[in-house]
Order: sequence, then C-alpha cells, then structure tokens
Amino acid sequence: MVKTVVAKLTGISMAWSMLAMLPALALASEGAAPVPGTVADGTAWWVWPVVLLVVTFIMGIIAVLGGVGGGVLFVPIISGFFPFHLDFVRGAGLLVALSGALAAGPGLLKANLASLRLALPVALIASTMAIVGAMVGLALPTHIVQLALGGTILGIVAIMLTAKKSAVPDVPHADNLSSALRITGIYYEPSSKQDINWKIHRTIPGLFTFIIIGFMAGMFGLGAGWANVPVLNLMMGAPLKISVATSKFLLSITDTSAAWIYLNQGCVIPMLVVPSLIGIMLGSLVGVRILKVAKPTFIRWMVIGILAFAGLKAMHKGLSVMGIL
Amino acid sequence: MTEIKKEATPEQLLYANILEKGMLVGLGLMFLTFALYVFGIMKPVVPTNEIANYWNMPVHDYLVAINTNFLHGDSLPTGWTWLKLISRGDFLNFIPIVILSGVTILCYIVIIPGLFARKDTAMGVIASITALILILAASGILATGGH
Repeated sequence: MVKTVVAKLTGISMAWSMLAMLPALALASEGAAPVPGTVADGTAWWVWPVVLLVVTFIMGIIAVLGGVGGGVLFVPIISGFFPFHLDFVRGAGLLVALSGALAAGPGLLKANLASLRLALPVALIASTMAIVGAMVGLALPTHIVQLALGGTILGIVAIMLTAKKSAVPDVPHADNLSSALRITGIYYEPSSKQDINWKIHRTIPGLFTFIIIGFMAGMFGLGAGWANVPVLNLMMGAPLKISVATSKFLLSITDTSAAWIYLNQGCVIPMLVVPSLIGIMLGSLVGVRILKVAKPTFIRWMVIGILAFAGLKAMHKGLSVMGIL
Repeated sequence: MTEIKKEATPEQLLYANILEKGMLVGLGLMFLTFALYVFGIMKPVVPTNEIANYWNMPVHDYLVAINTNFLHGDSLPTGWTWLKLISRGDFLNFIPIVILSGVTILCYIVIIPGLFARKDTAMGVIASITALILILAASGILATGGH
C-alpha cells in the first residue's frame, strides 16, 4: 500500500516537474535565439547538457510509465524547448530510439517474443524508406519539417487516443505471402496458461503501410513504435505481445538505416547525444522499477497532454517562420 | 512443412547474441569516450566552452563554421571524415556511436549463410538485400542537398 502510494506520488511529481519545466525551457530556448558564431545568452556551456540529462531522465521514466518509446517524446520536446537545431535533435532522437531498441532487442529475440521472420520483410521496407525519409527531411527547409513534425505529433496523439488493441486477433487463414515466408510462431501466454499458435494475414497491405511509417521515422527522427504496433497487431493480426516485442526490435533496424544518413551528414553532436542516451537509459531503469510497484494510468494522459503541447509548439514554430502566425 | 517451435530459431539466437554484445560494447565505450571528452582529458576539435555557439545552427552552417574556425580542411567533415579526427575528444565519441549504428549490419551478415544453408531462400534474399541497403546507408555515398 505504502509502496503504491509512494510510486504514484513519484510518478505524479516526475510528470509535473517535467510539465512545469517546459514553459521555462521554452523561454530559455527562445532567449537563446540562433546567433551564429556568438555565445547565445552567456549561459555556461555545461548548463544545457545538464538540463538535457535531467529532462531526458524524467522523460525515460514517463516513457516507460506511459507505454511509449523515448524517441517519440524526445524529438518534439527537445526541439520545442531547447536551443538545439532540429537537425541535431533528429539525429540524437534516432540514436535514443536506436539505443532503446538495442537494449531491449536481444532479450525479446531470445524469449521468442520478437519474431525475426516477421521483422525481416517489414525491416526491408521500413529501413529503405527511413533512408529516403532522412534524406528528404535533411533536404527540406527546417520550418517545413517543423510544421510537418507538429502535424505528425498531433496525429500520434489522435492514434494514442483512438487506437484499440487486440491481445490475440482472429486470423482465420494466413495469406499466401506470409505462408510462403513461413511467418508464424508459438508463444506461451501466462495469463491463459496456454500456448498461442499465431499467424498473420493482410501481409501486402501491411508492408505497404510500412512505406509511410519508415519514411516518417527517418524524416522526423522518431521511433515508430506508435505506428508499428497498431499495424502489426490490428492490420496484420499478430498477437499484441508479439507486435510490441517485434516493433521494439524492428526499431533497431529502421533507426539504424536513418541514423547512418544523419551521422554521415554531420548531424551528430556528442554533447547532445551522450547525455540524452544516459538520461533516457537511467530514467527507463527507474521507470521500470516504479512500474513494478504501480501503473499510474494517468501518466498516459499526461504523455498525451505533453505531446499535444509539443506538437502545437512545433506547428507554431513552423508557421511563425512562414509569417502565418 | 517446417515444424513450428516455441523456442527461437538458431538464426534468431545468433542475431540476438551478436546484437547484445555489440550493444554492451557500444554503450560501455560511450561512457568511457564521453568521460575523456567532457573532463578535458582529450582535447576536442570544438572547445567545450564554445560548443553552445554552434548547436543552434542548421547542420550545413555548423559544418562550415567548425571547418572554417577549427579544422581548416579542404572539405566539410561529413561521412567517414571523423576517422581522421579520433584523436580529438569530441570525434572520439563517434566510435561507440558507429558501433551502436553498425551492429545490426553485422547481425544481418552473420545470419545470411545460415538462412541459405537451411534452404530458407526467400528470407535469405530479403536479409541480403536489407544488408546491402544498410551498408549503402553506412557508406556515406547517399548525400542530401542540405538546407
């Protein structure tokens, strides 16, 4: 009981402290307006990396409690409220999502929850399109990317609000392509104490959907779990556990391809990347511990609220540069 | 008809083991190289107290600025140029980042022979094409126009 209350209070305080920091960060980042070649606002060089470490630590906790990937929180929040250019934030965002996927991937593969056979064809499409998305995103003017990012984040909010989940979708027959590729498997479901024999259908429409998902992941530097899971689960009929695990593993391939484009174009500044990775990783570890004690469902609403705010902020930034606002 | 098993396939386990080792090496090295950089043990190209002047620029302007102010090279430091600069604290951090970004390619390359050996030709071809695409992305050949 006490543990539950403590965990809930910790969750509330973490979420509120992050929310409370956003307006202050917004003011600070705007105060540090881009003035090439000069010290922006006289702030000591280490202040922003330390703030980044703290914010990504809180972000890591909230991501776990809210059931979202770190990448989807990282890009809109850091690009909206920190003085870093969107090019570097997207590069760091991809590496944040990639590291999370690399950390989780081996365990999920060994437990046979992530399916290599399901991931391989999807990864071919998604990673190819992530490269295209990254190249387009780096070629477009920043305010256009910012505007599109805002729209995408608001779209993700809509998906989070409306998407349903199906623990074990009904798949009467595997389609021809998935049969030919032998995309099927068995896993043990502890809640029902039985082995679940799964297969998939609608493979071709599903693969086509990953054209869009891969493109967006590369263009905005977002992890794509928010889109992978509904497509694998609801469209292709993979069980929810298999979908979530395969999606997490899939990010390690999709984000790898896009990360190389950002890396080769010079969009990686270690002073941004390393504190972000450390913060998210440590935050995730703490988040998992809190999650074991209690699952504060309101955090999910908090995440939706933060994302909506960050999405509107990104759109506002893009429209301001265009002179519309 | 291949029997469906509850356990992961040999390729999946092989992939997982390599991924795990690469991830641990990459993350471990990241702590080490960042400490060497941030505590000033290895001198960076861009001094830490000046980095805030550059991170708010679009990437092209950033590259031009650091090349003009510090590197004085004939070309901008893109692609694999970082390899020539690993004696400097900031660029040393590219080693773990490249390991984390590259371990997936290694996983693919290692599982491909096993897929073909087990006559899993379709998956073998898919894995081979994906590996080639990832190698192409890593090569630095693909360039963008910039902002």
